[in-house]
Amino acid sequence: MNSTQSKYHNPFAQTDKILLWIYFILVIFGWMNIYAAVYDETHHNLFDLQTNYGRQMIWIAASFVIAIMILLTDVKIFNSFAFLIYGIFLFLLILVLFIGKEISGSKSWLQIGSLSLQPGEFAKFATCLALASYLGNIKRNFSKTSVKIVAASIILIPALIILAQNETGSALVFLSFIFVLFREGLSVKVLIAAAIIAVLFVLALVINKYILIGLCALILILFYLSQRNRKKLIRITIGIFIAASSLIFSVDYVFHNVLQPHQRIRINVLLGKETDKKGAGYNVYQSMIAIGSGGFWGKGFLKGTQTKYNYVPKQSTDFIFCTIGEEWGFMGSLVVIGLYVGLMLRILQLAERQRSAFSRIYGYGVASLIFAHFAINIGMTIGLLPVIGIPLPFVSYGGSSILAFSILLFVFIKLDAHRHDII
Amino acid sequence: MAQLGHHSQKRYVVSGIIITVAAIFVVKLFYMQVISDKYKVLSESNVRRIVTVYPARGIIYDRKGRKIVSNEEAYDLMVVPRQVNNIDTNELCQLLEIDKQSFISRLNKAKQYSPYRASPFVEQISKTTYGYLQEKLYRFPGFFVQPRTLRTYLYPIAAHTLGYVGEVNQKEIEDDPYYKMGDYIGKSGIEKYYEKELRGVKGEKIVLVDVFNREKGSFENGLYDKPQVAGQDLTTTLDLDLQLLGEKLMQNKRGSIVAIEPSTGEILAIISSPSYDPNLLVGRVRGENFKRLSQDVMNPLFNRAIQATYSPGSTFKLVNGLVGLEIGAITPETRFSCNGKASVPIACTHSHYSPLELIGAIEQSCNPYFWGVFRTTLEKSGKGDIHKGYNIWRQNVMSLGFGNYFNTDIPNQVRGNIPSPQYYDHYFGKNGWKALTIRSLAIGQGEILVTPLQLANQAATIANKGYYYPPHVVKSIQGSPTQWERNQSSIHPQHFETIIKGMYRVFQGESGTGRWYKLDSIAICGKTGTVQNPHGKDHSLCIAFAPANNPKIAIAVVVENAGFGATWAVPIASLMIEKYLTGIISRTELETRMSQANLL
Repeated sequence: MNSTQSKYHNPFAQTDKILLWIYFILVIFGWMNIYAAVYDETHHNLFDLQTNYGRQMIWIAASFVIAIMILLTDVKIFNSFAFLIYGIFLFLLILVLFIGKEISGSKSWLQIGSLSLQPGEFAKFATCLALASYLGNIKRNFSKTSVKIVAASIILIPALIILAQNETGSALVFLSFIFVLFREGLSVKVLIAAAIIAVLFVLALVINKYILIGLCALILILFYLSQRNRKKLIRITIGIFIAASSLIFSVDYVFHNVLQPHQRIRINVLLGKETDKKGAGYNVYQSMIAIGSGGFWGKGFLKGTQTKYNYVPKQSTDFIFCTIGEEWGFMGSLVVIGLYVGLMLRILQLAERQRSAFSRIYGYGVASLIFAHFAINIGMTIGLLPVIGIPLPFVSYGGSSILAFSILLFVFIKLDAHRHDII
Repeated sequence: MAQLGHHSQKRYVVSGIIITVAAIFVVKLFYMQVISDKYKVLSESNVRRIVTVYPARGIIYDRKGRKIVSNEEAYDLMVVPRQVNNIDTNELCQLLEIDKQSFISRLNKAKQYSPYRASPFVEQISKTTYGYLQEKLYRFPGFFVQPRTLRTYLYPIAAHTLGYVGEVNQKEIEDDPYYKMGDYIGKSGIEKYYEKELRGVKGEKIVLVDVFNREKGSFENGLYDKPQVAGQDLTTTLDLDLQLLGEKLMQNKRGSIVAIEPSTGEILAIISSPSYDPNLLVGRVRGENFKRLSQDVMNPLFNRAIQATYSPGSTFKLVNGLVGLEIGAITPETRFSCNGKASVPIACTHSHYSPLELIGAIEQSCNPYFWGVFRTTLEKSGKGDIHKGYNIWRQNVMSLGFGNYFNTDIPNQVRGNIPSPQYYDHYFGKNGWKALTIRSLAIGQGEILVTPLQLANQAATIANKGYYYPPHVVKSIQGSPTQWERNQSSIHPQHFETIIKGMYRVFQGESGTGRWYKLDSIAICGKTGTVQNPHGKDHSLCIAFAPANNPKIAIAVVVENAGFGATWAVPIASLMIEKYLTGIISRTELETRMSQANLL
């Protein structure tokens, strides 16, 4: 026991150094880009709390403190308290709906003194924990429908509340837990179906719905005719057709009747149906100019004109990747993307070596969440996805985001450090 | 796929998805950042703005170095229509004190010129408005303030001669690519003739601007900036005091005064009345004022000194005398009889003993005498050929500067008219006319038309005894003198001496037509004229120079519809001469009477 005792004195004992390094590099690099985004020749004080980079410095310090605290706590509490934490954040999410502060259209902020926090960011961690705890229990058999329903509910309940807060982006992120479910037994067919649904979704926005339904019918008929065992397939084929048709109709309905006009315009711009470079497309247009003008080596630290002169909106939060692309060029972008890929693949690799299902599932959750943010955020800044305002993990400015992602990651690092202790 | 039954293998599916997405990003980034140039160009055009730096227009001084035209700072609100985005139109309209309709039409005008280039939106915004705007400009993307200088005329004088500056029109932009929409150009007078010297050369400054159009500094420390070159200063030939007096004397009268320094052709004063304050044609009020002035029945925009043509009347007798002497038709002693009002074919308006010799005929302005001179001249030089005789007469007359404009720095002069023989052929038929037919020319009536500038030049040429420098208004450009070619008339100097004697008698003689306004200290030589015109009362004319022995000033005065030359033009000329030569006016009563007279 003495040897284990001594380990506890060093919080970094047994921790995965690759993850620690990637985390550290992303956080510091992120801060440098926040500094560059608001950089002004006349303003040099690094610790000025009036500036984003000054405040972010405090958040980073707080994240480090919390990370070390996580590394020093008893590893067992995460599984034990998973549902308690989940419950607390569900409560906070609902609370925010009533007493939350509205900032730029979304009512997702909780004001505590002078601090503004977004419980939604932490709810991702809580959901990850609860899902791992639920599915990690040896008694649950994922092949049972009831288990699937409960697991889906754990994911969707916070997502729906966040959707109600008008934080579409954050809500979408929860869908990434499909990878966790996939790992835990969800058929690959579901994943393919999800991909088909996504494609249909996009096509429904681009093509006239009746033509699209006609196309679906044609493909299904050809598929049906090409099969030998037609009798068995008739019901499935018809079922698929009905499902596809209703999807197309509901997408059309949602697009025209549920979405806010600004969301509609964003999607239209992305799909190339509108080319309003001054209006809704402005953010993406300027963002692409910033990144594209970076060239191979970039314009150099603090030399980006697009970001320095505020052409890109939200450049230290959602559009932080612009600063990276502009000042550090293709090489910088490549390194950042490489770091994220390395981080995610390493987490997956470590997750698979866990002896406890809880740790493994949690690890997949962490990777899924990071992946969703990475894909949506960078995809948006380079014009591949519509403008969906979610931060780039560890890099974007924002206290809730960096705190929540640090907790998310360090709980996994802690779990991994104790993979031999927990079963 | 079957392998996936073992769940741990699913990691490779998830990893594959991650790597695929990352690879798509990398490909897209490689295209945007490395292959395509589009974004680099766009990013540069975003932040670089070329700001035109307008140099101050050259200052204009009078002949003694007193400033008469200078510059004032002004601010134009410019607009780049493409950049106008999402602004509070109402607020901007309120700030600029324009209505929404005007806002829209101004923006459309700018768009028509170019959606990408700056054009003026509101010109010469007030300093107060500028102050407000500067604070709020970041909220109106696409708008910026262009500092420039505006003309300011320190005295309300010499409007026609100084000219005015206005915005370039489409044609001027096409003619000279130096000009861009919204630039200013000299439109008339000195401002037009010396445009290239006065304007200097525009500079360019490349500045970096942020998304709110706020300047953030120079590009590459100004390495690619083009410095502006300041306009050159002009020293005019005008004498401020004399010009001021002339304007004052001519107020409420139609007509003009031109005073010239004979030895140089420098115009000392040039007045056209009625006139206007040149400050009326500056800046944003110009259009409205110009319209008002051009519709004024008094026609104040009309520059009588160089554009109005008159029959020279009796002042032309000097010319006929000179030509007669030159071709030997008369000598100073030649006499022609006069029967006063009963004279044929031209009656005399004065009563004097008869017959007079040349000098006396000038002093008393005897009409029959100069009919005699004119007839003899044509007969002598033509030897029976009226065409030949008339042509010789005409060439001599034109050598004194008549019938054509002076090739100098005064734009928009008119030629006047010394009719060609073809004109009379056309009118009376070939050989259908003789001296008698065109006898009016003998006394400066009929088809002859001259401008006040030409009359003043006549006085100067006589003062110089035969030569003149073309009358001009600018003495030096940035210190270096303007050069003008000396013109020699075809008439020999000794003949001028005879004529000058007569002109001397006009003022100093006992029965001279100008004797009431002679000066005690200075001998004036001159000639009066009372010009009949079909449109009303006679025009009052006078030409003169002084001092007689060493002429420093030659002058022509025309007062339209005023009556006798001796009543109005002579006293005005006399006052001008006194002022210029002595610096004071001793006859203040006369000055008051002249300046207060309303002959409109």
